[in-house]
Amino acid sequence: MQSSNPNTATNTAEVAVIGGGIVGLAIALGLTRNGHQVVVLDESDIALRASQGNFGLVWVQGKGDTLPEYAAISRQSARLWRSLADQLLDSTGIDIQLQQKGGLFFCLTEQELNNRQQMLQQMQQAAGGDYPFQVLDLKQVQELEPEAGPEVAGATLGPEDGHVNPLLFYRAMTEQFLQSGGRIVHSGKTTDIKPLNQGFTVTCHDKGLDQKWHCDKVVLTAGLGNKELAPMVGLHAPVEPNLGQVLISERLKPLLNYPTGHVRQTNEGTIQIGDSKEDVGFITDTRIEVLAQIANRARKMYPVLNKVRLVRTWGALRVMTPDGYPIYQESTRHPGAYVVTCHSGVTLGALHQGPIADWISHNKTELPLEAFNGQRFNG
Amino acid sequence: MDNVLTAKSAISSPSDVKEVATFKRLATRTETEQAGKTVTVYVDDQPVEMQPNDSAAAAVLTSGLRYGRTTTVGNSARAPYCMMGVCFECLLEIDGIENVQGCMTTVQEGMRIKRQHQARELSGR
Repeated sequence: MQSSNPNTATNTAEVAVIGGGIVGLAIALGLTRNGHQVVVLDESDIALRASQGNFGLVWVQGKGDTLPEYAAISRQSARLWRSLADQLLDSTGIDIQLQQKGGLFFCLTEQELNNRQQMLQQMQQAAGGDYPFQVLDLKQVQELEPEAGPEVAGATLGPEDGHVNPLLFYRAMTEQFLQSGGRIVHSGKTTDIKPLNQGFTVTCHDKGLDQKWHCDKVVLTAGLGNKELAPMVGLHAPVEPNLGQVLISERLKPLLNYPTGHVRQTNEGTIQIGDSKEDVGFITDTRIEVLAQIANRARKMYPVLNKVRLVRTWGALRVMTPDGYPIYQESTRHPGAYVVTCHSGVTLGALHQGPIADWISHNKTELPLEAFNGQRFNG
Repeated sequence: MDNVLTAKSAISSPSDVKEVATFKRLATRTETEQAGKTVTVYVDDQPVEMQPNDSAAAAVLTSGLRYGRTTTVGNSARAPYCMMGVCFECLLEIDGIENVQGCMTTVQEGMRIKRQHQARELSGR
């Protein structure tokens, strides 16, 4: 990654994107495409970096069961993903391994399967019938996924689901952004954002030195850091950490055909197993009891995993709002300041690079962003 | 640099690799203590005399096999590297089991060591 060492004088950029994860880079990339001069201010390697620990699903089914607008934007993003992946391949030569041939959600009991079917039916009604999914019994599951085990009651198939290599996605966006003249500055923590009559002054602090940036617009994409930054520009982003633990297997020849919400096989052959959710604060430790629960569920889904070696585990923090849905908002008190925060930076990546960047460029959008206002958490 | 394997970038495909041993064993205390004791293992069916505390990865290096595995996607050659369980470059098929870390496996009399070709094949069916 390119790094520059701005001096203590004030630096300038048209737009400062605070936070250099996949959310920030996707938006920065879209803004650069729209002709803006953009700097990404990225904290440093001590940042929590949800972008480097996530699962890599481009996932639609079941998302937004209590908020149809979230279901709608997730699906819109999934539809935009192929062209984003193709464009990144064209400009950088990096194949980010996007696959969108559908995803399975395994249920281990009839009760779980019935509940899920009911939820998806309700979502289908809310979407006016346009919400494709299938409910499969074990035999039908095994036709698609021969390794599915006898303890599986069934699964739901979402034809719009898929997965991607999230680290290659991150790298490809970084390369394209730098190629097109964007700047990434490892600025240290952003400690202050001062709204001015015209624009903003952003102060970052690293190794005892302050660094100042003057910009017309500022976009907060700092993940869990948004909680402290948002009030500086009259916004509200009460995000909290939620720990997910992940297990990584040895590399195997292709064994699994579809990603599920809990298990997927990468193009390199690794089987990635995850989906624990714990509210334990700012720790990223793994715990053997939780890892054992994850592994136990996975081996019921795919008994072949009993023979597979695990080589690595990690924990990473999701960026969660109280209702789990994103915040997309421009400050009314300080126009030109935006907050974007979500826990599905991969699924929503194509939306961020496209229509969300366009919204920030043009101050208007067809997206139903009023549903994602941070003020919904007030009072 | 006779004792050093050709840099990774120079070995672009397994067919480029000539099977010539370039490693020389340094004298160690263990060697002195265990003088005379050896274990025979088979590296790609060729017998190799090893010392009892050696690892399967060391057997690959001393046997002249040069590379012990090929990468999962690109099928390019890799040889044991860190020798301490971290890098996973020494994956081997040992006694019929694939993807075993050679550097973490002590040699046994009669052990059959083979190259790991790309990813492990596994099926529950």
